[in-house]
Amino acid sequence: MTSSGATVAGPPPVSLTRHLIARNGWTISVYVLLGLLFFFTFAVNPRFSAYDLRSLALGALPAALAAVAEAAVVFAAGIDLSVGALISVSNVLAASLMVNADFSHSLGLAAFVLAALTVAGLINGLIIIVSRVPDIVVTLAMSFVWSGVALMILSQPGGGAPPEFLALATGTFMTPWVPNALILLVVMVAIVWLPIRSRPIGLSIFATGSDPQAAMRSGVNVVRARLSAYALCGFFSGAAGLALTMNTGAGDPLSGGFFTLTAIATIVLGGVSLTGGRGGMLGPLAAAYILALISSDLIFLGVSPSYGQVIQGTIMVLVVMAGGLAALRRSAK
Amino acid sequence: MSESLGGGATWRGLATLVAPNGRRRFLQDRPLVALAALLLLLTAVVDILSPGAVTPEWVSATLMFAAPLGIIAAGQTLVILTGGIDLSVGVVATTAGYVMATLSPNGAAEAILVGLGLGVLIGLMNGFGVAVFQVQPLIMTLGMGLVVTGVLNVYAQQTVAAGAVPVVPDVIRQLGAGRLVGIVPNSLVLWTLLGVVIIVGLKRSGYGRLLYATGNNRIACRLAGVRVWQVLLVTYAVAGLLSALGGILLSGTTNVADRGLAEPYLLPSVAAVVIGGTSVFGGAGGYSGTMLGALILTIVAGLLVVVHAPAAIGQIVYGGIILVVAAAYSRVVNEQT
Repeated sequence: MTSSGATVAGPPPVSLTRHLIARNGWTISVYVLLGLLFFFTFAVNPRFSAYDLRSLALGALPAALAAVAEAAVVFAAGIDLSVGALISVSNVLAASLMVNADFSHSLGLAAFVLAALTVAGLINGLIIIVSRVPDIVVTLAMSFVWSGVALMILSQPGGGAPPEFLALATGTFMTPWVPNALILLVVMVAIVWLPIRSRPIGLSIFATGSDPQAAMRSGVNVVRARLSAYALCGFFSGAAGLALTMNTGAGDPLSGGFFTLTAIATIVLGGVSLTGGRGGMLGPLAAAYILALISSDLIFLGVSPSYGQVIQGTIMVLVVMAGGLAALRRSAK
Repeated sequence: MSESLGGGATWRGLATLVAPNGRRRFLQDRPLVALAALLLLLTAVVDILSPGAVTPEWVSATLMFAAPLGIIAAGQTLVILTGGIDLSVGVVATTAGYVMATLSPNGAAEAILVGLGLGVLIGLMNGFGVAVFQVQPLIMTLGMGLVVTGVLNVYAQQTVAAGAVPVVPDVIRQLGAGRLVGIVPNSLVLWTLLGVVIIVGLKRSGYGRLLYATGNNRIACRLAGVRVWQVLLVTYAVAGLLSALGGILLSGTTNVADRGLAEPYLLPSVAAVVIGGTSVFGGAGGYSGTMLGALILTIVAGLLVVVHAPAAIGQIVYGGIILVVAAAYSRVVNEQT
């Protein structure tokens, strides 16, 4: 944060573009990679249709929202291993409440699910702050607890939601080339994250993640910042669970488990530093689409999904190694 | 004068022994005593909730099922002592068990060696990323976990297509499920031997001391001339070996070797370490606590079966116990400082 102040006072404005590129180099590279991947997709599959784009966006939606949830906590130098379990809770809560609801009713229920999951995230944060146990341990333990809660709500796959509600994500907007799932993602992040990011509370989350001691001494309410980060994480996990409900049309108490580790992988690929205080939401969003696009391309090419996992893991490790090398060179200078 | 001064000191010494503060002090110095008490308490609860359940057979079975978790958690303990975490232990254990079982018709000894070798290889790759490229352990082991899961699935498809059926060899079944003199599980013997080697090794060997030192303060270690990267590389390789061993043993205990063999052991392995009192920041703790932690988790899992608790309640209780024990530790540690 001090660096932007220094830019105003110090170097001439000519360096502004260079400064922006240096600051957002990773995010820009991720979008370039996404662009190249789309190019590749059209090259190998000239018949890539609006329908393919729609299923891509639909598949990427829960993963992207899970990444946003994880990122909110990681910005504050925390980590949440219960994101997947929270997504399961949201998924089964929505599917069991909405099974006989009409459309307008289901919107109200969706708001209720989001509120409930925000409270769940807040509970995670409160336990961490009150018990003074490290985040990773508390959220590991809570991942068992929330999985249990999901099983209590719905002991086996079932439930449902009105078709109009599902269409919120499965449909398209104006032209078939603009999937609702993409709009939903952008709107969710724009109306919830951006206002927070630009207000003091957002700054305090990043300050806390960067150096909690320094943040506290300069008057940041560190406890409030961390609690807000966990509440945000709960909110976006709830949104990811709703997205999963829209995608599958049902609830499954084990549906979320897969998302905890992929969310961490996605944000790292998206340029978020796990040590906190650094990164943005744009990178992880593109990273979620990259991972979804890689698996859909592999399926189209007839490659077994198992190789997809190998490739995803390899990309992740290589990208992070490259990032580690870059950081080493920077610190050696 | 000096006489009374000495007397005063003795009195203060006595006071710290008997006062509540002193009792807490005792527990701070010997957290294992508290863990052992918790273990006995849980055993008593099992006996109360289901009278007559605690028999020598029950003890024997509990120890037998705790051994694979305890061995997988041994690798996790070493890695966490350096300040890292290994999220690939479940995948490594599964891979070792599955590959061993598919190769066993061609010779059990080679199959076991290949399984253990795979564990070392994956561990070395983890260690390479963490030690040389300075990738965060969480990410490195998570990425390796994805890679290995994918490779294992490809391997499984090919072996199934080739008509091979995974078979757990007799020697492993004997090791995992057999009993000495009809009551002492063979796996307990293996686990105890390993435990002694690890506990003594951590306390007495140069490598053991470097492990703690690295976890305590990596920069100080480097400045003191320690080749930190070598310590880390060895630690991740050993963790891979131990996870592989745990996976192979588990396949013997359950007589099953499928692609989901040890996947559910990942989070409990971390939980056993945390319950055992090892700090997730590294540098403090040890394997004896982890062994008790693995036993406690196994008893809790068995307890929930005994009382016919629904899976939902089981998960919540499991998470709750990890949380309560971790919170108790942090209270003690915070008071110390």
